[in-house]
Amino acid sequence: MRYLLKGTVLAMVLMVLAAAGASSVPSPAPRAVKPDEDVLVLPGEIGERGGRLVASLHSDPKTFNPVTVVDLPSKEVIALLGADLIHINLHTQHTEPALAKSWTVSPDGKRYTLELRRGVLFSDGHPFDADDVVFSFKVYLDENVHSPQRDLLLVGGKPIRVQKLNAYRVAFDLPQPYAAAERLFDSVSILPRHLLERAYEGGTIAKAWSVATRPAEMAGLGPFRPKQYLPGQQMVLERNPFYWKADFRKNRLPYLDEIAFLIVPTEDAEAIRFQAGDVDVVKINAENYSALEREQHQRGYRLDDLGAGFEYDFLFFNLNDLSAKQLPEIQRKQEWFRRFEFRQAVSAAIDREAIVRLAYQGRATPLWEQVTPANKLWINQAVEHPPRSLERASALLRSAGFSRRTDGMLVDAHGNPVEFSILTNPSNTQRTKIATIIQDDLKQLGMRVNVVPLEFQAIMTRVFDSFDYEASILGLVSGDADPNPEINVWTSGGGTHLWDQTGTLPVAAWQAEIDTLMRRQTAVLDYKKRKQMYDRVQEIISTYDPVICVVSPNILVGAKNSLAGVRPSVMRNYLLWNAEQLFWRREAGKRQQAAGQDSH
Amino acid sequence: MNHMYKKKIWFAALSLASVHVLVLGAGFFAPYDPAEQHRDAPFERPMRLHIFDSHGRFHLRPYVCTWVNEGNSLGPPRYAEDCSHTWPLRFLVREETHAPRAALGPARHLLGVDAPGRVFLLGTDDYGRDQLSRLLYGGQVSLFAGLLATGLSLGLGAILGCIAGYFGSWPDDVIMRVAEIFMALPWIYLLFALRAFLPLNLGAGQPFFLLISVIGLAGWARPSRLVRGVVLSAKQRDFVHAARGFGASNVYILRRHILPEIMGVVLTQAALLISQCILAEITLSFLGLGLGEPAPSWGNMLAGLQKYYVLENCWWMLVSGLALVPVFLLYHLLADALCAHFKAPGLSRKGRMTIEKLQVAI
Repeated sequence: MRYLLKGTVLAMVLMVLAAAGASSVPSPAPRAVKPDEDVLVLPGEIGERGGRLVASLHSDPKTFNPVTVVDLPSKEVIALLGADLIHINLHTQHTEPALAKSWTVSPDGKRYTLELRRGVLFSDGHPFDADDVVFSFKVYLDENVHSPQRDLLLVGGKPIRVQKLNAYRVAFDLPQPYAAAERLFDSVSILPRHLLERAYEGGTIAKAWSVATRPAEMAGLGPFRPKQYLPGQQMVLERNPFYWKADFRKNRLPYLDEIAFLIVPTEDAEAIRFQAGDVDVVKINAENYSALEREQHQRGYRLDDLGAGFEYDFLFFNLNDLSAKQLPEIQRKQEWFRRFEFRQAVSAAIDREAIVRLAYQGRATPLWEQVTPANKLWINQAVEHPPRSLERASALLRSAGFSRRTDGMLVDAHGNPVEFSILTNPSNTQRTKIATIIQDDLKQLGMRVNVVPLEFQAIMTRVFDSFDYEASILGLVSGDADPNPEINVWTSGGGTHLWDQTGTLPVAAWQAEIDTLMRRQTAVLDYKKRKQMYDRVQEIISTYDPVICVVSPNILVGAKNSLAGVRPSVMRNYLLWNAEQLFWRREAGKRQQAAGQDSH
Repeated sequence: MNHMYKKKIWFAALSLASVHVLVLGAGFFAPYDPAEQHRDAPFERPMRLHIFDSHGRFHLRPYVCTWVNEGNSLGPPRYAEDCSHTWPLRFLVREETHAPRAALGPARHLLGVDAPGRVFLLGTDDYGRDQLSRLLYGGQVSLFAGLLATGLSLGLGAILGCIAGYFGSWPDDVIMRVAEIFMALPWIYLLFALRAFLPLNLGAGQPFFLLISVIGLAGWARPSRLVRGVVLSAKQRDFVHAARGFGASNVYILRRHILPEIMGVVLTQAALLISQCILAEITLSFLGLGLGEPAPSWGNMLAGLQKYYVLENCWWMLVSGLALVPVFLLYHLLADALCAHFKAPGLSRKGRMTIEKLQVAI
């Protein structure tokens, strides 16, 4: 018995040592840049090599497979593991060469010929060439794989064709001219054919590279590669010693040895750990920004308010065709929701200024259309921003046949009191606040609104599947400044057309106009003409309110002072998009440490 | 000795009664509607009551000053007291009529100030709602949910415990096994699951009664086991045997001999259970499973403190947690005194021993 116990204890100690040892194994030194290697030389400060950066994730990554990934934590990790052919620089919003060092477009705008970098190696040392590109696009475009990226690679409903011209030259044929087609290549992570071809042919590619896969069995072209994953605790990445970018002294990037993502479940815990120095970079909400702001100088970090991001939060009503569902109560209320006067009245009654002040402490922008002020190229400055007006809201409601009962309650033409519920997820405290403020705003019109807090997953099921909801507050983040990825949201039948997923009802005239405009602008190559069309879409949305845009939160980030190369972006991954250029300023770090010891 | 316990019982009971009267009369004692948002005054500090002004002059009628937000439009509000205009407290003020309100309240409030002044003696929350009003209205929910849920679980527990203990054999087995299952259920997770299936639009009182039934139903198992224990020991007593010998019916024996024996246990248990049920309501509301916005309860008032900013900067948001402490102490004092009272002379030796054992168990 005693031996058994001893054995168990010993085994446990060994396990602990093994776990600790795995992350203390030094990261590989970068390979020297060869003269014939097509490295991408980045401008900017020359950094110091070494060190470990600690970031955080709200939950465990679900997969490391770039083909099937949908959840945010996984996306944040995968973004550092892979690379694309043409990349959108998140700082300038313009495209720039990545794995493709140059490209040409045929005069009809339908053929893109990409010249690939030579001498590039995957993170396991295997060479990269056109076969990997052809293979990757075959996988992403395969209907049976169900990659969420597939929708974005369809042009006019048809997939693009990929053809290998030689080992370093690939041609892409579009079915029709497509505006900003080079943006399509962004975020399509190139897969290693030598590792995944067998899985693809066996039909198991969707299950490949799960969180249980050993790091040695994965490889990518990103600045980092997986090193160790401890579920519920942390995900550690180490330097890709073969990465294809270098600084102008031909030092191979990245500078950092490791990036560790701690799993920190809540925003508040994240803020506290950042303040305590456990986490080096963080994206925080407005209240935590206020809480951390005061100690910026003592604790050696700096916070940044980057202004409006690309997220828009909105209230929307269930406009799905419910005739096939047993939901008579919601169907009855849809009579109200379908009247655009009703939606306009709700929009007119919402006190957006108060939401900005109370839910975001001023660090947000009120919104009336889906394009946020961050998107300077595409925002329609002419869209009206009418101030809150209960009189206008009441007049709109009266014109739609609603009236007030003697007790103040709003009733429809049949005398039914107007009462509905708004779903929110309590994990997002700002959205819950928005709901509570809207509830009080609409009370002044005589509407009774119930705020129902539900788990995020439960809301998703109701919105996308069972349609058992009346209204909800959600936020969407545009993936790109260009309007093309937004087609999914605004055209009827789109995958993220939240308020009407069924798409079986005849569309209203304004919706039909949006559909035409959104589809037509994809085929026009002239920016001015496209802008005119998208301006009109914004106008329609702010007039007919299929979703009632409310607010766009500012992007607030923080980083330690001794971390250099930080160029935060208002788009995801806010601070880590240029992870390969981040480095620790050692002198500053030492000074800071010494100062810390003095103050103790 | 016994006299001292009685005093204690009276003190605790009267104090608790006055707390309950205070929250029941929230409509009168609270200066504002608990849901009324003062959007220009989020997280306002509690106002100071002045009786001496800046010149040192004494004012018989206390007055408040206004908090002026000196922060800019970005970032949190920073309040500074501005006494250039003072607002003397008025008593029995007539209610201002605002937008149509569903809540029926009395036409007068105990205290207030003249418009456009405002009085927030315990500060405001993130929407600028008066914390004092929310504390009083929230107490209605939390304290009465505790009382009613205790009534429910104790009633159920006592009846089922009596049946199990007195009749023994299979009813005992069935009831006790069910009680064990109830104690083994992971309630919080069940409630989260249940929440997803509830109708979205619940009427005004429905969530409250749902909350009470959930807490009440979840809590009957422990009292029923206690009562069963006392009944088991009581039914072995000589006078019960004697009564049975004389041909007394089960109902008579239960009413005449057993019930008086379990009275002490039930009362003591009640005093203990109420505070547990209040805590259960607060836990559920804290987790978002209780009453929805904008209705206040002490639990959802505390939920705001989950936010780091609030915890660090707004100590007055703790007020509902602070209110809990004296209420709990009073209930425990009552339980203690009741326990001691029933243990005191006048009770049989065996009865006293049972109570003693119970006290250890408590």
